[in-house]
Amino acid sequence: MKTRTSLLLGSLSAALVAFALTSPRVVAADKVDPVADAKAFQNFFFQKFPDVKHEDFVNGPYSMNADLKRQWQEKEEFPPYEFALDAGKEMFSTPFKNGKTYADCFPNGGIGIRQNYPYFDEKDGKVVTLELALNRCREANGEPPYSYVKDEMASLTAYMAFTSRGKPMDIKIPDDPRALEAFENGKRYFYTRRGQLNFSCASCHVQSPGERIRAEILAPALGILNAMPIYRSEWSGMGTTSRRFVTCNSQTRAVPLEPQSDEYRDVEYYLSYVANGLPISGPGARP
Amino acid sequence: MKRSLPLAMLLALCLAPNARAANEADYKAAFAAAEAASKEATGLRNQWTVTVQALTAAKKAADGGDFDRATAAAKEAEALAKASIFQANTEKEAWKAMEIR
Repeated sequence: MKTRTSLLLGSLSAALVAFALTSPRVVAADKVDPVADAKAFQNFFFQKFPDVKHEDFVNGPYSMNADLKRQWQEKEEFPPYEFALDAGKEMFSTPFKNGKTYADCFPNGGIGIRQNYPYFDEKDGKVVTLELALNRCREANGEPPYSYVKDEMASLTAYMAFTSRGKPMDIKIPDDPRALEAFENGKRYFYTRRGQLNFSCASCHVQSPGERIRAEILAPALGILNAMPIYRSEWSGMGTTSRRFVTCNSQTRAVPLEPQSDEYRDVEYYLSYVANGLPISGPGARP
Repeated sequence: MKRSLPLAMLLALCLAPNARAANEADYKAAFAAAEAASKEATGLRNQWTVTVQALTAAKKAADGGDFDRATAAAKEAEALAKASIFQANTEKEAWKAMEIR
Protein backbone atom coordinates (compact mmCIF):
# COMPACT_ATOMS: atom_id res chain seq x y z
CA MET A 1 0.00 0.00 0.00
CA LYS A 2 2.85 2.32 0.94
CA THR A 3 4.64 1.59 -2.31
CA ARG A 4 1.50 2.31 -4.30
CA THR A 5 0.93 5.63 -2.51
CA SER A 6 4.52 6.76 -2.99
CA LEU A 7 4.35 5.75 -6.67
CA LEU A 8 1.16 7.76 -7.07
CA LEU A 9 2.61 10.79 -5.29
CA GLY A 10 5.79 10.50 -7.32
CA SER A 11 3.93 10.47 -10.64
CA LEU A 12 1.75 13.36 -9.53
CA SER A 13 4.72 15.51 -8.60
CA ALA A 14 6.48 14.59 -11.87
CA ALA A 15 3.37 15.65 -13.78
CA LEU A 16 3.22 18.92 -11.83
CA VAL A 17 6.87 19.65 -12.55
CA ALA A 18 6.35 18.91 -16.23
CA PHE A 19 3.28 21.20 -16.30
CA ALA A 20 5.13 23.98 -14.49
CA LEU A 21 8.00 23.74 -16.97
CA THR A 22 5.90 23.77 -20.11
CA SER A 23 3.03 26.12 -19.22
CA PRO A 24 4.98 29.42 -19.16
CA ARG A 25 6.01 28.81 -22.76
CA VAL A 26 2.41 28.24 -23.82
CA VAL A 27 1.28 31.40 -22.08
CA ALA A 28 4.15 33.40 -23.60
CA ALA A 29 3.31 32.19 -27.11
CA ASP A 30 -0.34 33.18 -26.75
CA LYS A 31 0.28 36.51 -25.03
CA VAL A 32 -0.58 39.58 -27.08
CA ASP A 33 2.52 41.76 -27.13
CA PRO A 34 2.09 44.75 -29.48
CA VAL A 35 5.50 46.22 -28.61
CA ALA A 36 7.32 43.01 -29.58
CA ASP A 37 5.13 42.63 -32.67
CA ALA A 38 5.89 46.16 -33.87
CA LYS A 39 9.61 45.68 -33.28
CA ALA A 40 9.65 42.39 -35.21
CA PHE A 41 7.52 43.90 -37.99
CA GLN A 42 9.79 46.90 -38.49
CA ASN A 43 12.98 44.84 -38.23
CA PHE A 44 11.70 42.48 -40.89
CA PHE A 45 11.43 45.32 -43.41
CA PHE A 46 14.60 47.10 -42.29
CA GLN A 47 16.56 43.89 -42.77
CA LYS A 48 14.86 42.93 -46.01
CA PHE A 49 15.56 46.35 -47.53
CA PRO A 50 18.75 47.59 -45.83
CA ASP A 51 19.27 50.34 -48.43
CA VAL A 52 15.87 51.95 -47.87
CA LYS A 53 15.90 54.78 -45.35
CA HIS A 54 13.48 53.97 -42.55
CA GLU A 55 11.36 57.07 -43.09
CA ASP A 56 11.13 56.27 -46.80
CA PHE A 57 8.96 53.16 -46.31
CA VAL A 58 5.91 55.43 -46.02
CA ASN A 59 6.34 56.26 -49.71
CA GLY A 60 5.20 52.77 -50.67
CA PRO A 61 6.28 51.53 -54.10
CA TYR A 62 8.53 54.58 -54.61
CA SER A 63 10.77 53.36 -51.81
CA MET A 64 11.25 50.12 -53.72
CA ASN A 65 12.09 51.39 -57.20
CA ALA A 66 14.41 54.27 -58.13
CA ASP A 67 12.86 54.98 -61.56
CA LEU A 68 9.38 55.11 -60.14
CA LYS A 69 10.61 57.35 -57.35
CA ARG A 70 12.07 59.89 -59.79
CA GLN A 71 8.79 60.01 -61.74
CA TRP A 72 6.86 60.51 -58.51
CA GLN A 73 9.17 63.29 -57.31
CA GLU A 74 8.54 65.17 -60.55
CA LYS A 75 4.82 64.59 -60.22
CA GLU A 76 4.90 65.99 -56.68
CA GLU A 77 5.60 69.45 -58.12
CA PHE A 78 1.96 69.49 -59.23
CA PRO A 79 0.50 66.70 -57.12
CA PRO A 80 -2.73 65.09 -58.32
CA TYR A 81 -4.24 65.29 -54.81
CA GLU A 82 -3.98 69.08 -54.73
CA PHE A 83 -7.63 69.65 -55.69
CA ALA A 84 -8.80 67.34 -52.92
CA LEU A 85 -6.50 69.10 -50.47
CA ASP A 86 -7.95 72.51 -51.31
CA ALA A 87 -11.50 71.16 -51.18
CA GLY A 88 -10.78 69.51 -47.84
CA LYS A 89 -9.39 72.68 -46.35
CA GLU A 90 -12.47 74.62 -47.38
CA MET A 91 -14.85 71.94 -46.13
CA PHE A 92 -13.00 71.74 -42.85
CA SER A 93 -13.46 75.42 -42.12
CA THR A 94 -17.03 75.75 -43.45
CA PRO A 95 -19.49 75.73 -40.53
CA PHE A 96 -22.29 73.16 -40.29
CA LYS A 97 -25.88 74.44 -40.30
CA ASN A 98 -25.67 74.77 -36.52
CA GLY A 99 -22.64 77.05 -36.78
CA LYS A 100 -20.11 74.57 -35.43
CA THR A 101 -17.22 73.14 -37.46
CA TYR A 102 -15.12 69.98 -37.56
CA ALA A 103 -12.59 71.75 -35.38
CA ASP A 104 -15.10 71.58 -32.50
CA CYS A 105 -15.08 67.76 -32.60
CA PHE A 106 -11.32 67.16 -32.41
CA PRO A 107 -8.45 67.86 -30.05
CA ASN A 108 -6.31 70.80 -31.13
CA GLY A 109 -9.06 71.89 -33.50
CA GLY A 110 -8.30 68.87 -35.71
CA ILE A 111 -4.93 70.29 -36.81
CA GLY A 112 -1.84 68.07 -36.68
CA ILE A 113 -3.60 65.10 -35.08
CA ARG A 114 -3.74 62.54 -37.91
CA GLN A 115 -0.85 60.57 -36.39
CA ASN A 116 -3.00 59.68 -33.37
CA TYR A 117 -5.66 57.87 -35.44
CA PRO A 118 -7.02 55.28 -35.12
CA TYR A 119 -7.35 55.21 -31.36
CA PHE A 120 -9.05 52.79 -29.00
CA ASP A 121 -12.19 54.23 -27.42
CA GLU A 122 -12.39 52.72 -23.95
CA LYS A 123 -16.00 53.86 -23.53
CA ASP A 124 -17.16 52.11 -26.69
CA GLY A 125 -14.65 49.29 -26.41
CA LYS A 126 -13.85 49.72 -30.10
CA VAL A 127 -11.34 51.24 -32.48
CA VAL A 128 -12.18 54.70 -33.83
CA THR A 129 -10.62 55.68 -37.13
CA LEU A 130 -10.31 59.23 -38.44
CA GLU A 131 -12.95 58.55 -41.08
CA LEU A 132 -15.35 57.25 -38.45
CA ALA A 133 -14.64 60.20 -36.15
CA LEU A 134 -15.37 62.62 -39.01
CA ASN A 135 -18.74 61.05 -39.76
CA ARG A 136 -19.58 60.91 -36.05
CA CYS A 137 -18.79 64.61 -35.90
CA ARG A 138 -21.11 65.29 -38.83
CA GLU A 139 -23.94 63.25 -37.33
CA ALA A 140 -23.52 64.86 -33.90
CA ASN A 141 -24.00 68.21 -35.63
CA GLY A 142 -27.09 67.17 -37.55
CA GLU A 143 -25.34 66.53 -40.88
CA PRO A 144 -25.67 63.34 -42.97
CA PRO A 145 -22.59 61.07 -43.01
CA TYR A 146 -20.32 60.97 -46.05
CA SER A 147 -19.41 57.89 -48.06
CA TYR A 148 -16.39 56.31 -46.42
CA VAL A 149 -14.57 55.49 -49.61
CA LYS A 150 -13.93 58.67 -51.63
CA ASP A 151 -14.88 62.24 -52.54
CA GLU A 152 -15.65 64.39 -49.50
CA MET A 153 -14.24 61.92 -46.97
CA ALA A 154 -11.02 61.65 -48.97
CA SER A 155 -10.76 65.44 -49.20
CA LEU A 156 -11.29 65.97 -45.48
CA THR A 157 -8.80 63.29 -44.47
CA ALA A 158 -6.34 64.61 -47.09
CA TYR A 159 -6.39 68.02 -45.45
CA MET A 160 -6.07 66.59 -41.94
CA ALA A 161 -3.19 64.32 -43.01
CA PHE A 162 -1.46 67.28 -44.64
CA THR A 163 -1.49 69.19 -41.35
CA SER A 164 0.32 66.22 -39.78
CA ARG A 165 2.93 65.66 -42.47
CA GLY A 166 6.26 64.63 -41.01
CA LYS A 167 4.85 63.86 -37.57
CA PRO A 168 5.62 60.32 -36.43
CA MET A 169 2.72 57.88 -36.24
CA ASP A 170 1.81 57.64 -32.58
CA ILE A 171 -0.85 55.01 -31.95
CA LYS A 172 -1.55 54.03 -28.35
CA ILE A 173 -2.80 50.71 -27.08
CA PRO A 174 -4.30 51.27 -23.64
CA ASP A 175 -4.01 48.71 -20.88
CA ASP A 176 -7.39 47.25 -21.73
CA PRO A 177 -7.92 43.63 -22.80
CA ARG A 178 -10.41 44.82 -25.44
CA ALA A 179 -7.75 47.01 -27.04
CA LEU A 180 -5.31 44.10 -27.11
CA GLU A 181 -8.04 41.95 -28.63
CA ALA A 182 -8.66 44.58 -31.33
CA PHE A 183 -4.93 44.64 -32.11
CA GLU A 184 -4.80 40.85 -32.27
CA ASN A 185 -7.92 40.70 -34.45
CA GLY A 186 -6.36 43.24 -36.79
CA LYS A 187 -3.20 41.16 -36.98
CA ARG A 188 -5.20 38.02 -37.72
CA TYR A 189 -7.14 39.82 -40.47
CA PHE A 190 -3.89 41.03 -42.01
CA TYR A 191 -2.39 37.55 -42.25
CA THR A 192 -5.55 35.59 -43.11
CA ARG A 193 -5.86 34.35 -46.67
CA ARG A 194 -9.15 35.09 -48.38
CA GLY A 195 -10.83 35.19 -51.75
CA GLN A 196 -10.62 32.68 -54.58
CA LEU A 197 -7.00 33.74 -55.17
CA ASN A 198 -6.18 32.69 -51.60
CA PHE A 199 -4.24 35.87 -50.84
CA SER A 200 -3.78 37.61 -47.52
CA CYS A 201 -2.73 41.25 -47.18
CA ALA A 202 0.68 39.84 -46.24
CA SER A 203 0.95 37.77 -49.44
CA CYS A 204 1.53 40.98 -51.37
CA HIS A 205 2.78 43.48 -48.81
CA VAL A 206 5.04 41.28 -46.65
CA GLN A 207 6.13 38.48 -48.95
CA SER A 208 6.43 40.46 -52.17
CA PRO A 209 7.03 44.21 -51.71
CA GLY A 210 9.09 45.59 -54.56
CA GLU A 211 7.92 42.79 -56.85
CA ARG A 212 5.57 43.43 -59.72
CA ILE A 213 1.99 42.26 -59.80
CA ARG A 214 1.00 42.85 -63.40
CA ALA A 215 2.15 46.43 -64.09
CA GLU A 216 2.25 47.55 -60.45
CA ILE A 217 5.06 47.49 -57.95
CA LEU A 218 3.86 46.24 -54.59
CA ALA A 219 4.24 48.52 -51.59
CA PRO A 220 5.71 47.29 -48.29
CA ALA A 221 3.17 46.88 -45.49
CA LEU A 222 5.34 48.97 -43.20
CA GLY A 223 4.00 52.52 -43.25
CA ILE A 224 1.42 51.71 -45.90
CA LEU A 225 -1.30 53.73 -44.11
CA ASN A 226 0.92 56.72 -43.32
CA ALA A 227 0.29 57.99 -46.87
CA MET A 228 -3.51 57.74 -46.73
CA PRO A 229 -5.65 59.02 -48.30
CA ILE A 230 -4.18 58.66 -51.78
CA TYR A 231 -4.78 59.83 -55.29
CA ARG A 232 -4.58 56.68 -57.33
CA SER A 233 -4.18 56.84 -61.10
CA GLU A 234 -5.90 53.46 -61.34
CA TRP A 235 -8.97 55.01 -59.66
CA SER A 236 -8.63 58.33 -61.50
CA GLY A 237 -9.34 59.94 -58.17
CA MET A 238 -8.87 59.98 -54.43
CA GLY A 239 -9.50 57.08 -52.12
CA THR A 240 -9.55 56.59 -48.37
CA THR A 241 -8.14 53.80 -46.23
CA SER A 242 -11.59 52.17 -46.42
CA ARG A 243 -11.41 52.23 -50.20
CA ARG A 244 -7.96 50.63 -50.10
CA PHE A 245 -9.19 47.71 -47.98
CA VAL A 246 -12.31 47.24 -50.10
CA THR A 247 -10.29 47.23 -53.33
CA CYS A 248 -7.68 44.83 -51.98
CA ASN A 249 -10.39 42.39 -50.95
CA SER A 250 -12.09 42.58 -54.36
CA GLN A 251 -8.79 41.99 -56.14
CA THR A 252 -8.41 38.66 -54.36
CA ARG A 253 -12.00 37.85 -55.40
CA ALA A 254 -13.29 38.17 -51.86
CA VAL A 255 -16.51 40.05 -51.24
CA PRO A 256 -15.38 43.18 -49.38
CA LEU A 257 -16.75 43.91 -45.93
CA GLU A 258 -18.70 47.05 -45.26
CA PRO A 259 -16.43 50.11 -44.82
CA GLN A 260 -15.65 50.74 -41.15
CA SER A 261 -16.64 47.20 -40.18
CA ASP A 262 -14.93 46.00 -37.01
CA GLU A 263 -12.45 43.96 -39.05
CA TYR A 264 -11.32 46.92 -41.16
CA ARG A 265 -11.06 49.16 -38.11
CA ASP A 266 -8.98 46.55 -36.30
CA VAL A 267 -6.62 45.95 -39.22
CA GLU A 268 -6.13 49.73 -39.52
CA TYR A 269 -5.30 49.81 -35.81
CA TYR A 270 -2.77 46.99 -36.21
CA LEU A 271 -1.09 48.39 -39.32
CA SER A 272 -0.91 51.89 -37.88
CA TYR A 273 0.52 50.71 -34.57
CA VAL A 274 3.30 48.67 -36.19
CA ALA A 275 4.22 51.81 -38.18
CA ASN A 276 4.66 53.89 -35.02
CA GLY A 277 7.59 56.27 -35.34
CA LEU A 278 7.39 56.55 -39.12
CA PRO A 279 6.26 59.92 -40.48
CA ILE A 280 2.84 60.76 -41.83
CA SER A 281 3.23 61.38 -45.57
CA GLY A 282 -0.41 61.71 -46.63
CA PRO A 283 -2.06 62.65 -48.80
CA GLY A 284 -0.16 60.45 -51.22
CA ALA A 285 -0.17 59.69 -54.91
CA ARG A 286 0.09 56.18 -56.27
CA PRO A 287 0.09 54.63 -59.77
CA MET B 1 -20.96 -9.52 -82.03
CA LYS B 2 -24.64 -10.01 -82.90
CA ARG B 3 -25.44 -10.54 -79.23
CA SER B 4 -23.25 -7.82 -77.82
CA LEU B 5 -24.84 -5.00 -79.86
CA PRO B 6 -28.32 -5.32 -78.32
CA LEU B 7 -26.70 -5.73 -74.93
CA ALA B 8 -24.75 -2.52 -75.39
CA MET B 9 -27.91 -0.73 -76.52
CA LEU B 10 -29.75 -2.00 -73.47
CA LEU B 11 -26.94 -0.80 -71.23
CA ALA B 12 -26.99 2.62 -72.91
CA LEU B 13 -30.74 2.85 -72.35
CA CYS B 14 -30.29 1.97 -68.68
CA LEU B 15 -27.76 4.73 -68.25
CA ALA B 16 -29.70 7.25 -70.31
CA PRO B 17 -31.69 8.75 -67.41
CA ASN B 18 -28.40 9.89 -65.83
CA ALA B 19 -27.53 11.93 -68.90
CA ARG B 20 -30.94 13.52 -69.36
CA ALA B 21 -31.40 17.27 -69.52
CA ALA B 22 -31.83 19.01 -66.17
CA ASN B 23 -35.30 20.16 -65.24
CA GLU B 24 -36.62 22.84 -62.93
CA ALA B 25 -36.63 20.51 -59.93
CA ASP B 26 -32.94 19.68 -60.47
CA TYR B 27 -32.14 23.37 -60.67
CA LYS B 28 -34.12 24.19 -57.54
CA ALA B 29 -32.36 21.47 -55.55
CA ALA B 30 -28.93 22.56 -56.79
CA PHE B 31 -29.70 26.22 -56.15
CA ALA B 32 -30.96 25.56 -52.62
CA ALA B 33 -27.78 23.65 -51.79
CA ALA B 34 -25.63 26.44 -53.27
CA GLU B 35 -27.55 29.13 -51.44
CA ALA B 36 -27.19 27.34 -48.10
CA ALA B 37 -23.41 26.99 -48.55
CA SER B 38 -23.16 30.59 -49.70
CA LYS B 39 -25.03 31.81 -46.61
CA GLU B 40 -22.64 29.84 -44.43
CA ALA B 41 -19.67 31.53 -46.16
CA THR B 42 -21.24 34.95 -45.60
CA GLY B 43 -21.74 34.07 -41.94
CA LEU B 44 -18.02 33.31 -41.73
CA ARG B 45 -17.31 36.75 -43.29
CA ASN B 46 -15.58 34.97 -46.14
CA GLN B 47 -17.79 35.20 -49.19
CA TRP B 48 -16.12 35.04 -52.61
CA THR B 49 -17.14 37.27 -55.51
CA VAL B 50 -17.11 34.30 -57.89
CA THR B 51 -19.69 32.46 -55.76
CA VAL B 52 -22.04 35.43 -55.98
CA GLN B 53 -21.44 35.65 -59.73
CA ALA B 54 -22.17 31.92 -60.22
CA LEU B 55 -25.41 32.22 -58.20
CA THR B 56 -26.50 35.20 -60.30
CA ALA B 57 -25.67 33.31 -63.50
CA ALA B 58 -27.71 30.34 -62.27
CA LYS B 59 -30.74 32.51 -61.59
CA LYS B 60 -30.44 34.25 -64.93
CA ALA B 61 -30.23 30.97 -66.84
CA ALA B 62 -33.22 29.57 -64.92
CA ASP B 63 -35.26 32.69 -65.67
CA GLY B 64 -34.52 32.07 -69.34
CA GLY B 65 -35.64 28.44 -69.03
CA ASP B 66 -32.14 26.99 -69.55
CA PHE B 67 -32.11 24.55 -66.64
CA ASP B 68 -29.03 22.69 -67.87
CA ARG B 69 -26.94 25.80 -67.61
CA ALA B 70 -28.73 26.97 -64.45
CA THR B 71 -28.08 23.68 -62.67
CA ALA B 72 -24.43 23.63 -63.73
CA ALA B 73 -23.93 27.21 -62.48
CA ALA B 74 -25.66 26.44 -59.18
CA LYS B 75 -23.42 23.39 -58.68
CA GLU B 76 -20.39 25.54 -59.44
CA ALA B 77 -21.59 28.12 -56.89
CA GLU B 78 -21.98 25.41 -54.27
CA ALA B 79 -18.45 24.09 -54.92
CA LEU B 80 -17.02 27.62 -54.68
CA ALA B 81 -18.93 28.36 -51.48
CA LYS B 82 -17.70 25.13 -49.93
CA ALA B 83 -14.12 26.04 -50.87
CA SER B 84 -14.51 29.43 -49.18
CA ILE B 85 -15.87 27.74 -46.05
CA PHE B 86 -12.90 25.37 -46.04
CA GLN B 87 -10.58 28.36 -46.44
CA ALA B 88 -12.20 30.25 -43.55
CA ASN B 89 -11.96 27.24 -41.27
CA THR B 90 -8.37 26.32 -42.08
CA GLU B 91 -7.22 29.95 -41.84
CA LYS B 92 -8.43 30.12 -38.24
CA GLU B 93 -5.05 28.62 -37.35
CA ALA B 94 -3.09 28.67 -40.61
CA TRP B 95 -2.66 32.48 -40.63
CA LYS B 96 -0.12 32.18 -37.84
CA ALA B 97 2.35 30.49 -40.20
CA MET B 98 2.72 33.74 -42.14
CA GLU B 99 3.15 36.02 -39.13
CA ILE B 100 6.37 38.04 -38.74
CA ARG B 101 7.81 37.12 -35.36
